Amino acid sequence: MTAATNSANDLLLSRRSFLRVSATAAGGLIVSLYLDLPLAAQEASQAKPKVYPPDAFVHIKPDGKIVIQVNRLEFGQGVHTALPMILADELDADWSQVVSELAPAADVFKDPLYGIQMVGGSGSIAHSFQQYRELGAKTRAMLVAAAAEQWNVPSNQCRTEASVVRGPGGRSAKYANLAVAAAHMPVPETVPLKKAAEFRLVGKKIRRLDSRPKCDGSLKFGLDLDLPRMKVALVAHPPIFGASPRSVDDTAARSIPGVADIFEIPTVSKGTAVAVVADKFWTAKQARDRLRIDWDLSGVERADSSQLREKYKALAGTPGNVAVARGDEKALDGIAATNRIVAEYEFPYLAHSPMEPLNTTVRFDGNRAEVWAGSQFQTVDQMAIAEVLGLKPDQITFHTEMAGGGFGRRATPDSHVQREAAAIAKRLTGTPVKLVWTREDDVQGGYYRPMHVHRVEIGIGADGMPVAWHHVIVGQSIVAGTPFASFIIKNGVDETAVEGTADTHYDIPNFHVSAHHPTVNVPVLWWRSVGHTHNAFVMETLIDELATRAKMDPIAYRRKLLKPDAKKLRAALDLMEEKSAVWRTKLPKGHAVGFSCHESFGTGVACAVDVSIENERPKIHRVTVAVDPGLAVNPLTIESQFQAGVCFGISQLMAKGAITLKDGYVEQSNFDAYTPPYIIDAPAAVDVHIVPSTEKPSGCGEPPVPVISPAVVNALSQLTGKRYRTLPLVTV
Amino acid sequence: METYKLTVNGQPKEVTVDPGTPLLWVLREDLKMTGTKYGCGIAACGACTVHVAGVATRSCVVPVSLIGDRPIVTIEGIGQDPVGRAVQDAWVSEDVVQCGYCQSGQIMSVVALLKRTPKPTDTNIEQSMGGNICRCGTYVRIREAIKAASQQLK
Repeated sequence: MTAATNSANDLLLSRRSFLRVSATAAGGLIVSLYLDLPLAAQEASQAKPKVYPPDAFVHIKPDGKIVIQVNRLEFGQGVHTALPMILADELDADWSQVVSELAPAADVFKDPLYGIQMVGGSGSIAHSFQQYRELGAKTRAMLVAAAAEQWNVPSNQCRTEASVVRGPGGRSAKYANLAVAAAHMPVPETVPLKKAAEFRLVGKKIRRLDSRPKCDGSLKFGLDLDLPRMKVALVAHPPIFGASPRSVDDTAARSIPGVADIFEIPTVSKGTAVAVVADKFWTAKQARDRLRIDWDLSGVERADSSQLREKYKALAGTPGNVAVARGDEKALDGIAATNRIVAEYEFPYLAHSPMEPLNTTVRFDGNRAEVWAGSQFQTVDQMAIAEVLGLKPDQITFHTEMAGGGFGRRATPDSHVQREAAAIAKRLTGTPVKLVWTREDDVQGGYYRPMHVHRVEIGIGADGMPVAWHHVIVGQSIVAGTPFASFIIKNGVDETAVEGTADTHYDIPNFHVSAHHPTVNVPVLWWRSVGHTHNAFVMETLIDELATRAKMDPIAYRRKLLKPDAKKLRAALDLMEEKSAVWRTKLPKGHAVGFSCHESFGTGVACAVDVSIENERPKIHRVTVAVDPGLAVNPLTIESQFQAGVCFGISQLMAKGAITLKDGYVEQSNFDAYTPPYIIDAPAAVDVHIVPSTEKPSGCGEPPVPVISPAVVNALSQLTGKRYRTLPLVTV
Repeated sequence: METYKLTVNGQPKEVTVDPGTPLLWVLREDLKMTGTKYGCGIAACGACTVHVAGVATRSCVVPVSLIGDRPIVTIEGIGQDPVGRAVQDAWVSEDVVQCGYCQSGQIMSVVALLKRTPKPTDTNIEQSMGGNICRCGTYVRIREAIKAASQQLK
């Protein structure tokens, strides 16, 4: 008797055993499905055979549709298509019948490595590739086992394709017709996985599953949610982080028809805000505009960008906490001043400004709550809402809503938006309330990429290569005071502040990096590619400057300086050099080519940029990008991520690409003053080339961002002879 | 509160709202047509673009009281138009969208462009699309899809 058939009877046993079997194989999946039902209802619901055991992730419907749960937020990066591709490939599913759904918050959907349900660190594919392959392969094995048992043939005589099991003698059965029987098959503990050559979906250019509904207005983002009796809430936040009202006059606001309630709520920065709840957004907006709040600004620190700049520059002149100490710290001393570069860089605060403004909907029913949020941090947000409402996390049904961008902004360790939404919903028990942050709330609301100053002193050897490198980085820690601090801050250094420098792939013999993390009353957060946003800029502009001084080809210089084991960067550089040759060897007059390469989140990237100066701005005519992401799961998505991600990256170069504070107040409030790239600012063409690889896949969401800004200013330097060390790029 | 008779995607609609309410919020909250998006509220991002009498219009800054009898077309209705359908199809075949939030507005701007200029130059594209922000940065594929749609329409 084969393993596939021996336990069919064993599985027709008690529901508890059934639960146990399923849970062993796929990690508590049944529990997750019935999270919002009382235990008795869970038991009752399992009296009938399950449609399919690993049904936390896969549901094969009688009509042949295969619904696959995505254990992460989709906010543009493409996992809503790529993760189902991975599972469907091992499952040998008919791709045209695959439906993708965003999973709610549940233990089973936690990131296999990070242990919470989240999107971050470009880890979606990197961490769930193996998981989704195994889920697909196990599901397939159970379908095969069911068919083999029905036909009384060994399962190794069955094969699968396009949602059909085929057996000896021309037998065939559709997955849909096998699903119920397969549900009673044991979930195999281990399954063989396909060889790369056997993939039918992975590695192919597959179009996104969410395109059409995003093009005809039918897709519902979190902000589009509409529930019966739902109210909309806006919040008047303190104008300076942490402040509270001395008094609130809401007479005029309350006189507006449709206003339901106005009340104070706490903010996570230990201040107090004023919530306005109304029947509709526009009513709430009108009412909020008419609040007369006398803010008590005494006792709150007033951050000021100019003052911070001076403070940071002073700090940068002194060594900070040590991130790297390699080689001789005194090596610089023996090098003449003429053979040194001393460079100071300044980077401003940056807002993420995802196109869909922040929002969360909560309905609190006393002993349960239901939440709808486009969250990168479902587990964290669910726990925070539970805390505010005095519930346990498993009393919160948390729906993951499609999100209109995020770039890190929907991954807040303090869940400040969700805490606000919960505090408001608690007051309006029984009524669903959608909290909306306006664009102004978003731009002025903090949680920025931190402001930074870098000071670097380089000693150059006789061969033009760097011999000694002293690098001090000053900026707020993103994770200090959060649960992430214990494993991200080491020796007083927040790794997210030094990543891209401390772990550089350049082989510099005497290399010393340290960091200062001043405390400032401005909330900060990871902004797509995090520390690499500033570290890659510093490293790649300095390497370019060194190559220029050495009168060496910038690609050859990088290749010479890279460590021998920097395989991905070397592969990306080679491919970029080859693919950009057609245009960069015959540039029009007034154009220059700039290069950079940088590895982040395990992915090596190199780019070449064709730049001229128009209207005193860099005009980016063309970008050639080469990327080594290991196995390319969906090359079409990777191409798209890199084409668009380099555009996100040039946010840093926009003339109005900075958040600044004056006397505690954020000086920008909307896209008129904090301006992301428009089409005119974007590269006109971006060609993306992927290094062929069968290595395990690494991330592609963030790695496009770090390379572009340094490459553009490296080109500008050739055109103007100047070096660019202060962002945003106000003047060329 | 005033009552307004509107024609949206060819259908007569009636709403009773404050006269200052922007068309965007009438569409989204009173008519429950959420395909038109709120991005900035100051006509700086184009996510709210609809057609008012055929003109691409930022609905977030146009009070409903100023619409009068001009017909409104939104992303939900643009697929009934051959140009609209061609643009939507090109967007899907070129795999333009990422987060997708801005794309309703992008598509409405493109359709207005192609109705006026069926064979747009790069300059035409940059001028007509110059006020639509895509924060994901999908502009390269937007350009490609505009050209693909234009080809389909010849």
